[in-house]
Amino acid sequence: FAGLADVSISEDIPVEGEITVPVGSHSPDEDYSTLDEPVKDTIMRDLKAVGKKFVHVMYPKKSSALLRDWDLWGPLVLCVSLALMLQGGSADSKDDGGPQFAEVFVIIWFGAVVITLNSKLLGGTISFFQSLCVLGYCVLPLTVAMLVCRLVLLAGSGTVSFIIRLIVVVAMFGWSTLASTAFLADSQPPNRKALVVYPIFLFYFVISWMILTFTPQ
Amino acid sequence: MAAVDDLKFQEFDDAANLLAANPDATTISIDEPAEIPKNQRGRLQEPGREEDDELLGTDDSDKTELLAGQKKSAPFWTFEYYQMFFDVDTYQVLDRIKGSVFPVPGKNFVRLYIRSNPDLYGPFWICATLVFTIAVSGNLSNFFIHLGKPTYHYVPEFRKVSIAATTIYAYAWLVPLALWGFLMWRNSKVMNIVSYSFLEIVCVYGYSLFIYIPTAILWIIPQKVVRWVLMMFSLCLSGSVLVMTFWPAVRDDNRRIALATVGTIVLLHALLAVGCLAYFFDAPEVDFPVPITPAHNGTTVITKS
Repeated sequence: FAGLADVSISEDIPVEGEITVPVGSHSPDEDYSTLDEPVKDTIMRDLKAVGKKFVHVMYPKKSSALLRDWDLWGPLVLCVSLALMLQGGSADSKDDGGPQFAEVFVIIWFGAVVITLNSKLLGGTISFFQSLCVLGYCVLPLTVAMLVCRLVLLAGSGTVSFIIRLIVVVAMFGWSTLASTAFLADSQPPNRKALVVYPIFLFYFVISWMILTFTPQ
Repeated sequence: MAAVDDLKFQEFDDAANLLAANPDATTISIDEPAEIPKNQRGRLQEPGREEDDELLGTDDSDKTELLAGQKKSAPFWTFEYYQMFFDVDTYQVLDRIKGSVFPVPGKNFVRLYIRSNPDLYGPFWICATLVFTIAVSGNLSNFFIHLGKPTYHYVPEFRKVSIAATTIYAYAWLVPLALWGFLMWRNSKVMNIVSYSFLEIVCVYGYSLFIYIPTAILWIIPQKVVRWVLMMFSLCLSGSVLVMTFWPAVRDDNRRIALATVGTIVLLHALLAVGCLAYFFDAPEVDFPVPITPAHNGTTVITKS
């Protein structure tokens, strides 16, 4: 190290600078620091993300927030609540009743996986989980429809209630399909858009049919 | 002596022109049943080629195999391998559906529409649609038939969806498998000029089921005569698509075997239609109210004879 002693800076050149590195707004340091934050903050952040996506679904504009930060919490919550509400239809243990909890669950998730595979096989550029996320979140209007249907059925189950339920379910079915198409259509090759949209239409149609034919015991 | 030109790599356009110049040239297709790359055909779809094919006659020449583009071979464990079976555009799927609903006599569905580009999109989603259409229509029709009866309580009959799914998917995939195996076996004994790959057979069967979708919707009408007329009509249409596809493949064989094969194809198709009608759609009843006696399990059914 003898040679290093000769290196010196002349006295009349000031040396300036900052030791600290400026931290950007999306630095990865934030992820490491979430270990130390209170649990409430973590949960609230995730809940806010989920809530923001709900809002995006109800007012579908072309925003990439749904696609970029995908999560599956929202779809899980929606699927479980829809399956819970659909259960109990014709629960007199006859074979010809409505769908059971597991059947609704499987239909929604398996249907979403099949549609995602279909769009990827046709050449879509969306990732697997992003598509699952969009399809799951767009079940929200139909869950709202199920809630409304159950409330209407509490009041009575005559023709008037059926017409109300029909209108609500049809409107929510259209909303779901349009919302998911608005998010997913851009990532498909242009001459195959109809091939990708049709299975989504069929998926939400089946869910709507299950909601409409729900008859409490 | 072989000309130098014969040794040069020839573009596929030249092959079409060669055949156009000499239509009687024998064309041989090398089909090995065990060869997986048979199903990998690149897409060489140009609008001009369709006119060439139609001029040369589409019945029993294998030039589509000759003209098939370079095979994009991907190993079967990669995603790209399966993407080859979804290499269709919207207009192609719609054309194939149209071809299955309006069969042109004398034109082979596979040669005319599939053209070495069998897809799995059509068969899969047509079967899925058919499953749900039959289940929903059956449920609706039963609801309308039994509406107004005091003891009738509406049930969504959800179990029938899984039964419908099993039946239709088994028909659309196992019957082509059996048929393909049978045709391969006969091919080894009798040199047939026309042979189909497994995916092409699946394609034909899948697209031929499309006519049953509007038929199932119209079966909601609770009139027995209407239902049977509809069934006959759709059976004729889709059966003719199947017959016109498979007749060229078996006609060089022993006469009886050929007729038995085609007869079995039509019979299985008819069985599917009749079975669906009988199981999912209750028989329509007459209009006057039927007295309900507690001794019986349910309402007595009187059907129009």
